[in-house]
Amino acid sequence: MIYRLVRYLDSRTGRTPVVKKLLRYIFPDHWSFLLGEVALYCFVVLVWTGIYLTFFFDPSIHSTIYHGEYGPLRGQEMSQAYRSMLDLSFRYKAGLLMRQTHHWAADVFLVAITLHLVRVFFTGAFRKPRDLTYYVGILMLALAMFEGFAGYSLGDDLLSGMGLVIAYSVVLSIPFVGGNLALLIWHGPFPGTSEFISRLYIAHVLLVPVAIGVLLTIHLVTIVFTHHSQFPGKRERESNVVGTPAWPGYAFRTIGLALSVTAVLFLLGGLVQINPVWEWGPYHTYQSTNGAQPDWYLGWLIGALRLMPGWEPHIGHYTLIPNAFWGGVLFPLIVFGFLFAWPSIERRITRDYEFHHLLNRPRDVPWRTAVGVGFFTWVGMIFFAGSSDRVFVQMHISYTSQIHVYQALVFVLPFVAAWVAKRVCEELLRAEAHPLRGPGGGRVRRLPGGGFERVSRP
Amino acid sequence: MRGARPLLPRWRAPRWAELVAGWALLLAAAAAIGFIVVYVYGADTQWLGLSLGLAFAFLAAASIVGAKKLVPQERKEEEREPLDHEKDDLDIAVYFQEAGQGITRTKLLKRAGGVAGLAFVGAIVAPLASCGAFLDVEELRAMVWRRGVRLVDDVGRPLTAADIAIGSMTPAFAEGSDREKLDSSLIVVRLKPADLRLPGKRSGWAPDGILAFSKICTHAGCAVSMFRYPLYPPRVPGPALVCPCHYSTFDPASGGTVLFGPAGRPLPQLPLAVDDEGRLRAAGPMSGPIGPSWWGVQEG
Repeated sequence: MIYRLVRYLDSRTGRTPVVKKLLRYIFPDHWSFLLGEVALYCFVVLVWTGIYLTFFFDPSIHSTIYHGEYGPLRGQEMSQAYRSMLDLSFRYKAGLLMRQTHHWAADVFLVAITLHLVRVFFTGAFRKPRDLTYYVGILMLALAMFEGFAGYSLGDDLLSGMGLVIAYSVVLSIPFVGGNLALLIWHGPFPGTSEFISRLYIAHVLLVPVAIGVLLTIHLVTIVFTHHSQFPGKRERESNVVGTPAWPGYAFRTIGLALSVTAVLFLLGGLVQINPVWEWGPYHTYQSTNGAQPDWYLGWLIGALRLMPGWEPHIGHYTLIPNAFWGGVLFPLIVFGFLFAWPSIERRITRDYEFHHLLNRPRDVPWRTAVGVGFFTWVGMIFFAGSSDRVFVQMHISYTSQIHVYQALVFVLPFVAAWVAKRVCEELLRAEAHPLRGPGGGRVRRLPGGGFERVSRP
Repeated sequence: MRGARPLLPRWRAPRWAELVAGWALLLAAAAAIGFIVVYVYGADTQWLGLSLGLAFAFLAAASIVGAKKLVPQERKEEEREPLDHEKDDLDIAVYFQEAGQGITRTKLLKRAGGVAGLAFVGAIVAPLASCGAFLDVEELRAMVWRRGVRLVDDVGRPLTAADIAIGSMTPAFAEGSDREKLDSSLIVVRLKPADLRLPGKRSGWAPDGILAFSKICTHAGCAVSMFRYPLYPPRVPGPALVCPCHYSTFDPASGGTVLFGPAGRPLPQLPLAVDDEGRLRAAGPMSGPIGPSWWGVQEG
């Protein structure tokens, strides 16, 4: 039957040689190569659950009185958007499951992308010819963050409103044009008009997902063109690729992974509560709550906003740089700028313009690992600073002291971490030990003089 | 199939693996049916998630066992094809070069093309200007407070000086205004008159120690909704208004100056007056522009 189907299609398209080649496309094996696939399957779950949510969600800020299932909010004035979020959670069967799975999938999506990025960075997978793939990936990371933010901002609950007013302030803070830009996006001063939520909605359900989809296609196609990279091994060389063919071995593995990811996301969505919007209540510009946190992947930005001292330089009487600019615009520009620039910075430093199909272990290039560890420690410290209000509320550690400690640590710890990383790499490189399993032993020989000499490495 | 020759390595799947995969498929089917049953009867979110999650998990197990044990296991090696095709690359460049070989006024055409391109980009982008009256930044300076405007509470009832107890915090709005607009909402607190340290220009702004500030944080626009007022010693640090978003902390006693946090300028203060009926009214506009800072916010 397969044969007849293939004959039918081949005689109409003539593409069989390509399909045959793709079926035998080789995937090198390493657990860390699966991180990108996890992100891919999260995206698939996001699209499917997201489509389901659009069947019920009403992107409208028109005011209504709630008469739904959830008692504590009955009789309250709220937007249609928030009302439909409540109905999704309480009225429609499986609505809450889909909404929570969608939210979990977004959080796991960004975990997977971030870990994938870390893997690619420390193994040098971004080097020629995969730098193009890497740039596209970084772009997707930025889009995914924006997409997640737009998603949880749509609900018009108290947390989403607090997030939006911060976003508004960040746009407003752009020197010279911020005010105009904010008026353009929000269709007027905050909280904006009904036009704004229409824009946010179409961005979240169409523009950004399609952009991610297009970039994802480019990301995958460029990988297929260049073939996967691989770690050096007994058979693995620069000039070859060793691994499991797409059919039949890899296909079932990756389907297994896709199903596993989906299983975990639905289990999380069903069993672990996330973003209980009915507890936050509807948003009003004059309300806010203590201990409010964005989704995890924006923690680095809230951290930057928190850590920045109250500097607002002026030109004459005018505010040149409103404070939200530092943490909300400049900081992410530096972070993404570094990520985008790194492949060319490294090329310039090493003067290495060659193709690289074999990956480095992190220890193999101690200075790159040191730079990476320092960089990710820096972003990580600022990320942790974002949670200082929760630490204050729950552990009663003074907020101001925490901020002062973080303000010092962000300048000190990255250098310490980089130095430690470099030393560890050099040591591992010397001893050829596995970082977790420790040295495996080896053979030594006693010399006539009484000393010892190593005969073989572990 | 005629003419077929073996392409994959010979493989005999272990019997246990076939059984495991078969059972996993059956359990996946059972869990999927369970999901439908739960959906029809009650649709409890936990049971829905559990049944659907398990259905996918069993299916995943079957697929992974299939991948590792049922289908032939191979480790294939293949030479990489070279990625650069120098001759073809050159040819493509030549195609482009030679396409224009008959043209003599290259510079003119290039410039005209550039102008046309820019003009068209402009034409495509221009309609986006309808998204908002972005040139009219005066909208950002809207200020509902004028001398005489009454302060009302969250249900629209005028606030009286007697409503505001020492150490309390009361949200207030401009009477008759849209409360969602950032310039409408206030935070009203009352300190002991002896504790006030208002600048000279603002003497008389706080009758009976009642102070009113814009509720919108000058840092990132969140509602300043926390008020610190130590009731018993140690009374240091003293009273403060705190924004929960990034903990910008303002000193009400000295007119909203920044004590801590990222805010770059004080919380605007509204001068208050108490009318003959004891009601709170604005005695003038706010001390400065409300809301998060932007380019048009002037110092002083």
